[in-house]
Amino acid sequence: MQTILSIGLDGISYGMVLFIISIGLSIMMGLMRVVNLAHGAFAMIGGYLASYAMRDLGAGYALAIVVAVIGTIIISIPLEILLYRRIYRKSDALTQLLLTIGITFVIIGLANFIFGPTLKAIPLPNALSGPLDIGFRMIPTHRVFVIVCGVITALALWLLIDKTEFGIRLRASVDNSDMADSLGIRTEWIYAATFALAVGLGAFGGVVGAELLPIEPFYALRYMVTFLVVVSVGGAGSIAGALAASLLLGLADTTGKYLAPEYGEFFFYLAVIVIAFLFPRGLFGRAH
Amino acid sequence: MSSLSTLAKTSDRAFPFAAELMGVLSIAALGVLGFLLFPDDLAFLTRLIGITLLVLSLDLVTGYCGIATLGHAALFGVSAYAVGNACIGGIREPILLLGVGIVAGAITGAISGALITRFRGLPQLVLSIAIGQLVAALANKLSSVTGGSDGLSGITPDPVLGLFRFDMFSRTAFAFSLIVLAVVFVLLLRFVRSPFGLLCRGIRDDDLRAQMIGAVVYPRLVIMYAVSGAVAGVGGALNAMTAGVVGLDSVSFERSAEVLVMLVLGGAGNLWGALFGSVVFQIFEHIVSATNPFHWMTLVGLLLIAIVLFAPRGLSQGVVVLWSKVFRRGGRP
Amino acid sequence: MTDLLALDKVSRAFGGLRVNENISFRLAPGDRVALIGPNGAGKTTLVNVISGGFAPTSGTLHLEGDDITRLNIPARVQRGLVRTFQVTRLFATLTAADNVALAIMQRRGLTRRFFSAATNAPEVRTEWEQLLGTLGIAHLARITVSQLAYGQQRLLELAIGLALNPKVLLLDEPAAGVPHDEAPKILEAIERLPADIAVLMIEHDMDLVFRFAKRVLVLANGRLIFEGTPQAVTADPEVRRAYLGSYADARRPA
Repeated sequence: MQTILSIGLDGISYGMVLFIISIGLSIMMGLMRVVNLAHGAFAMIGGYLASYAMRDLGAGYALAIVVAVIGTIIISIPLEILLYRRIYRKSDALTQLLLTIGITFVIIGLANFIFGPTLKAIPLPNALSGPLDIGFRMIPTHRVFVIVCGVITALALWLLIDKTEFGIRLRASVDNSDMADSLGIRTEWIYAATFALAVGLGAFGGVVGAELLPIEPFYALRYMVTFLVVVSVGGAGSIAGALAASLLLGLADTTGKYLAPEYGEFFFYLAVIVIAFLFPRGLFGRAH
Repeated sequence: MSSLSTLAKTSDRAFPFAAELMGVLSIAALGVLGFLLFPDDLAFLTRLIGITLLVLSLDLVTGYCGIATLGHAALFGVSAYAVGNACIGGIREPILLLGVGIVAGAITGAISGALITRFRGLPQLVLSIAIGQLVAALANKLSSVTGGSDGLSGITPDPVLGLFRFDMFSRTAFAFSLIVLAVVFVLLLRFVRSPFGLLCRGIRDDDLRAQMIGAVVYPRLVIMYAVSGAVAGVGGALNAMTAGVVGLDSVSFERSAEVLVMLVLGGAGNLWGALFGSVVFQIFEHIVSATNPFHWMTLVGLLLIAIVLFAPRGLSQGVVVLWSKVFRRGGRP
Repeated sequence: MTDLLALDKVSRAFGGLRVNENISFRLAPGDRVALIGPNGAGKTTLVNVISGGFAPTSGTLHLEGDDITRLNIPARVQRGLVRTFQVTRLFATLTAADNVALAIMQRRGLTRRFFSAATNAPEVRTEWEQLLGTLGIAHLARITVSQLAYGQQRLLELAIGLALNPKVLLLDEPAAGVPHDEAPKILEAIERLPADIAVLMIEHDMDLVFRFAKRVLVLANGRLIFEGTPQAVTADPEVRRAYLGSYADARRPA
């Protein structure tokens, strides 16, 4: 019983971290059809910025998150204008892979050059670092915090996409970009805004998930595949899909590591293959 | 635009085996050049040849069939482990061990091809990654077969043809690998220009069109994947025999990503591009990476971005285009 | 049984939308039939149903008396049911000769060969040289398709169709998008198609339809509303209504 609870809690919180980081990638892939392997690199930049803000500038945790999200978006803007714009919607998968792997490598190299090869801690505030008493047992507060962050992210995105003017335009562009163009929706602005949103979410996830996915230069390469897999399993562009996939894969991975640690990520990828055959378009994917 | 293929075609009409001869001579020249540049590091050159076979193998599916995969190291690694175990189990004859590698690679290729080519686009890519990672996780777990993270060691094949012992300076290993590479390369040059190879290129261009000329696409892709696996298997076998040890790196995601980068730098869809991409990349990696692996990554990253922006058909194609611009100004064929 | 191709009560729906309804007609050897109809009448869907891209929701298709309703695309092509595309679909990175040679080799079952010569094999080469010659594009043989002009690509599309030795050839708007000075070449090529094959052409250009077709089928709102000679079609009140109706619809704001 204890083990099941531990697995459940760890699995869900890991899944939520996956969700917060991957959902940006998912929206981006649904809208711009870009297989962005550098998404994890943006999450990593967020982590580095937060760590820098806290340790060298003395900022608090909340402020560090804001600095990380805004800083990462600012860093990403020239990349969007110079590189990503060229590969929205039209390029073949191989071109997208190469460009985004290239960007990832450069970011890894630069991160090492600026911050060094060691692990960077993002110290948690006291309120989040201790255990939390939930009546019948103690659980780490940070896990609860991550789960709450995930739920809030999902709700906020749902509101944004379902209820706001931006969301309507976004959905119109996803469904039919030519039509949206002819209706006077400036798709390039929608794309730019979506890119910023995706990068910002990635950075946010990088910071709050740093306890589970520690920040170091190879972060971008190590989890590159994981985020992509979540999006593919969930179905690109679907919030519910990304959430379901994140939780499912988070639980699969955590269960595997608890019960058969020597198998590594075997169960994670076995789940991916099985799901790919059962749901070729992803759990909540739509036909394009 | 397709200057390379037109070059190949004109020479093809002039003399029936011109391309094959070019292949053998180029590889011999590369071998001599390598020997002169790195006389004390033949082990590195031998390793380079094994990886080059993997890049050629990847070219068959990515370049000639348009399948983007980030899990190709699985084919290489499974064969290497199979050969290692066969050798430890008593099959010591090098040619026979090559055969083991080819069979193991072809089977692995057929299985992963049967899974991967069912899909298109993102699911295809993700499935290729998943299969690669699955194999990597298994290799880590099944340490009785793979040696786990220590690697599978104690692989000591017999002398080649009973005459040439694998020496500690890797002379035999290098020569043996070079000859095997030359043979495989020449066979592949013919293979990709065969009716089957042409059909695969057609499928890459437009698979509905291929169906509309009456071709059943799926089995063709699986066969191509099996052939690709066989070629990767040769590389894996050479790697296991000449290094004497097989490590987890031979099935790693990094290996898969790296060979894709090499292929694209050289130019996918062209065996010469794959050959030169692989050789040039690994030599530079050997030199630069030794000083600082992170500088190397930055450099490769910048190069990749530049390739996408300025030479989408690969460096070798870029060089050919540049060459013909400089030397044949105005004289377009 | 002289019918080459027979459609019986073929229907195709997408969700609740019925795009083809109860379509029946027959093609005999040597037929020259045009399929016309206003935009959105379901012509392209019908071509896809015949060629095997979509399975019909109901109804049957027979080729030379054999039921082909459940056969996939390659199986239909192998039996001689061949189509061309409205927007050319060619192997873009291959040469014109390679494109036609692939069709020839596929028809002859040569594409399982792993080490023999391909496009330049003598028995293949004589055939594609002759085909390209017939269509007047022999000089383009060694040029990569992506560098060919659009009209030349349409001719090549025809060459591929012919290389498959079709019994029934479906031409989906063979002259669409072809510059005016090149259109006659396409028409010439179509008029010289082998006499014994059945040709079903989808076309908007009525001049072309009148020159080519001995029989016209009119599709409107997914139904076959007319079958008869080209002379009779313009006089038919229902056809006129269908076309006028569609123009009236088009003017109404969406």
